[in-house]
Amino acid sequence: MTPVTAFASESLVQSVDWLTIAPPTLTAVVALVVLVADLFVPEERKRLLGWTAIAGLVAALALLVPLRAGDRSTFCLTADTRAGACSYTADHFTLVIQLLVLGGALLTALLSVTETRERLPAGEYWFLLLSSAAGAALLPASRDLATLVVALEVASLPAFALVGLKRGDRMSGEAALKFFLSSVTATAVTLLGVSFVYAATGTLHLTELAQSLDDVPGRLQTLAEAGVALTLVGFAFKTAAVPFHFWVPDTYVGAPLPVAAYLSVVGKAVGFTGLILVTVVAFPSYADVWGPALAALAALTMTVGNVAALRQVSTRAWSAVRLLAWSSVAQAGYLLVPIAAAAYSSDDQIGATVAYALMYAVVNLGAFAVVALVARRHPENRIADYRGLYATSPAVALALAFFLLNLAGLPPGIIGLFAKVTVFSAAVDAGLGWLAVIMGVNVVIGLYYYLRWTALLFRTPEDAVRNAPAGTPVPHTVPAPITLAIVLTAAAGVVLSGYPQIALRFAANSLF
Amino acid sequence: MIDISESVMQFLLASIVAGPLLGAAAALLPAPPGLKGKSPDQAVLRHGVTVTGVILLAAVVLALGFDHDQPSRMQATTDISWIPALDVRIHLGVDGISLPLLVLTALLSFLCALYSYFKMPSGPSPKGFVALLLVLESGTLATFAVLDLVLFFLAFEMVLIPMYFLIARWGGEGKQAAAWKFILYTLLGSVVMLLGLLLIGVKAGTFDMVALAADNGRGLTTSVQVIAVLAIGVGLAVKTPMWPLHSWLPDAHTAAPTVGSVLLAGVLLKMGTYGFVRIVLPIAPDGMRIFAPYLAAFAVAGIIYGSLACLALARPGNKGDLKRLIAYSSVGHMGFVLLGIATMTPTGVNGALFANVAHGLVTGLLFFLVGAVKDRYGTADLDTLAGATGAALYGRAPRLGALLAFAAVASLGLPGLAGFWGEMLALFGAFEPAEGLSRPAFLTFMAIGAFGTLLTAAYLLLVVRRVCMGGPRPAGETPIADVQGYEFAAWTPLVALTVLAGLWPAVLLGLTDPAVQKLLAGGIR
Repeated sequence: MTPVTAFASESLVQSVDWLTIAPPTLTAVVALVVLVADLFVPEERKRLLGWTAIAGLVAALALLVPLRAGDRSTFCLTADTRAGACSYTADHFTLVIQLLVLGGALLTALLSVTETRERLPAGEYWFLLLSSAAGAALLPASRDLATLVVALEVASLPAFALVGLKRGDRMSGEAALKFFLSSVTATAVTLLGVSFVYAATGTLHLTELAQSLDDVPGRLQTLAEAGVALTLVGFAFKTAAVPFHFWVPDTYVGAPLPVAAYLSVVGKAVGFTGLILVTVVAFPSYADVWGPALAALAALTMTVGNVAALRQVSTRAWSAVRLLAWSSVAQAGYLLVPIAAAAYSSDDQIGATVAYALMYAVVNLGAFAVVALVARRHPENRIADYRGLYATSPAVALALAFFLLNLAGLPPGIIGLFAKVTVFSAAVDAGLGWLAVIMGVNVVIGLYYYLRWTALLFRTPEDAVRNAPAGTPVPHTVPAPITLAIVLTAAAGVVLSGYPQIALRFAANSLF
Repeated sequence: MIDISESVMQFLLASIVAGPLLGAAAALLPAPPGLKGKSPDQAVLRHGVTVTGVILLAAVVLALGFDHDQPSRMQATTDISWIPALDVRIHLGVDGISLPLLVLTALLSFLCALYSYFKMPSGPSPKGFVALLLVLESGTLATFAVLDLVLFFLAFEMVLIPMYFLIARWGGEGKQAAAWKFILYTLLGSVVMLLGLLLIGVKAGTFDMVALAADNGRGLTTSVQVIAVLAIGVGLAVKTPMWPLHSWLPDAHTAAPTVGSVLLAGVLLKMGTYGFVRIVLPIAPDGMRIFAPYLAAFAVAGIIYGSLACLALARPGNKGDLKRLIAYSSVGHMGFVLLGIATMTPTGVNGALFANVAHGLVTGLLFFLVGAVKDRYGTADLDTLAGATGAALYGRAPRLGALLAFAAVASLGLPGLAGFWGEMLALFGAFEPAEGLSRPAFLTFMAIGAFGTLLTAAYLLLVVRRVCMGGPRPAGETPIADVQGYEFAAWTPLVALTVLAGLWPAVLLGLTDPAVQKLLAGGIR
């Protein structure tokens, strides 16, 4: 690279601020440790691997604390003329997303402890999960397109393998292949877009891109515009925005349940983080291009997701996971609204997406935890299986009802309601009244199916008694890690509902 | 009336709002030793009576401690920052407009809890029933006590889930469909309302109702006000309900258990009209002025429509359900309330607020009575009840018959009872609407509304004729029980207050009038 050679006299060796990059680095290191240890740990001690992975994630989360001032960055260009362009920045935005991603991975890990003991190969599973989490944690910090694409791939590649990890399950393999093919196509398109943008501007750093895209020579204008559009496609795919959503339901159903939970939260976080970085930080001068596009995408995504979720038949096999899959598509639509609003308004709207994502991560993982618990008794996991859950295990039913009402945005799910309110107010503030109205209609549709499920929990379980074959006692064990995950998410939901400021303050302040 | 220090008042108001919520949580827990009662069911129902009783007591003390010389001033105010990010504050307070509604809500909730202690509606365990009843009470009380737009919305939404479950779990025939219709209609309305509230909040820079009312719409352009009034108005109109957005109401009332109907008619509908008076009138007066004639037109259409529907249901051979009939009569009565609000004059708005409370008392009583009739006969179908000549309630259960006749004439607006003043004042208001509103149009509305009172009288007298009177009964008929002790206990307060409000309207008007004057004048007076 020319800049480096030009200033070779200064120093070729960058000083690396290890503390700043500690959270993703530690996650990656623990991933390798687990992989190597898998070779030496005897079969009956395999569960140690899981707890090592969980401890690693907790430590990575703890390492966010010393960074909380949000003023560190590293891998900066040393040249005076290009000061301020860094490849890795740990600002508040990065830290919140890292908290979300690592926290989501931690909860996923808790859900997987029993699963790895029974069905999945432990060493590979933990390695893949942690690698993917490391990539997802790197992504919000990356501030140049190359790092961004690398992080995106580090987060995605292990995910393909995770989806296909159910040994001897044809559906799992098919889901992985579907996921892989469509994802790789999207990545190729993104790379093409990045190369166009690089060709037009000559830089990869996001902040520099923002300046140089303003004065692209006229004959390169088309190239730059095509580059911007193509780059966005890859990230839209990761968020599962319509029309890049078709892989979602089959992948979620085919994947092991914890992996579906992971994809619905961390996978989505990866997508919208990338979108935010690319649109708001790198391409602000093209706001008139991506603003309307994202607004249309948001409207389409939430509508398609909600209508499909509405049409789920509750007696079909795996309808519970299918419904959550479609509802996650719909929620991705809400997440896109503030990003679209950022194109129309000078105020900082991104915080609304972050606040919404935090709420969504907590309650969606909670819902998946309950689903994982119920799946132990009803492997078919139909929504109809949840009928009368309150009668058999009231606490679990109340928790699921709370999570679902949060997703719907109805009291007592106060944080769910207020997260929607911030998104609405971002849209209203930006003058996107039509989008707010579409979202309003969608919220009501969503309410219908969430509430239908909630109502089912409290019905009398009459047919369940009839269907259970007499004489075979149903196993009633509740694994401790899943219980812990439910308790953690429910407690977080309740605390956030009582004091929404914890999550919503991100909506009020500028994060960058 | 009695001097209570401000901090005690603050505590009273806060505990009125939060108390039922804590009670609901406690209802789900097992009863502590010493309070176990005869059975867990009995213990939890008694818990419901105790909590609502304490809340009613607190509301009465609050009303006594309220400074009646300054009803236009917000009293017992609490103002704590809750979510600085959205500028949402926990801002509570009462004035002359909200105080009567608070007391009415506390009273009706207590009477409902008392009634269900003795006559629990058939359905699953009473534990959930009591908890939902208390959450419902908390949500409605909060709606009348909060002074922040977002909090108002939160409270508005809070009642939906409990009401849904009350209808869907403890209701009668067709309960699932009715419950869905109720919640989907109201939700669609309230989401639109949220957009309107946010628009006001974003454009005016605050969600505080007191500050916004004092500003009186000066900080908002007319176009913003028009959009906001349209959006908020739709949400409130669904709840009120205003014709033609009323169609959830008859189904919900028909399917709901007695207690649910009483609370739905007596308290939940008031949230809609209260929102009009508290939010739309003072905060966006310019927008309201544009929509007022339309609102009034819909209101009188509702009056006529409700009365005609009732007349059709009351006629022999139409298989009219008594609960459905009273639900339609609610549409008519709420039409008068909306007409009063649409005049934008102190007279009309005072009339609307009066009619609001009167409707809560009278229709609450009517639903109790019809529920009692349904329990005794097993049906509320007017044709089955009346048979060829009439149900002859005067002869078979004279006290029940007399009470039903009393409630019916109160509902038709007989002078001297509560129903009269509100409707008369609303019509008076329409005779001379506020400046800027077309007088000929409102005179027409007034004439139509007055004709509506005649129709109301017609169908209610027809109902009395068919239910209370009738030919001699065939021998060997199973006798039906007359009014029981607990029924007397639950209904007497409503009867007494109906008479009191009819004979001494100044009790209420003295409270509301100064507050209404201030609201309409925009805080300067």
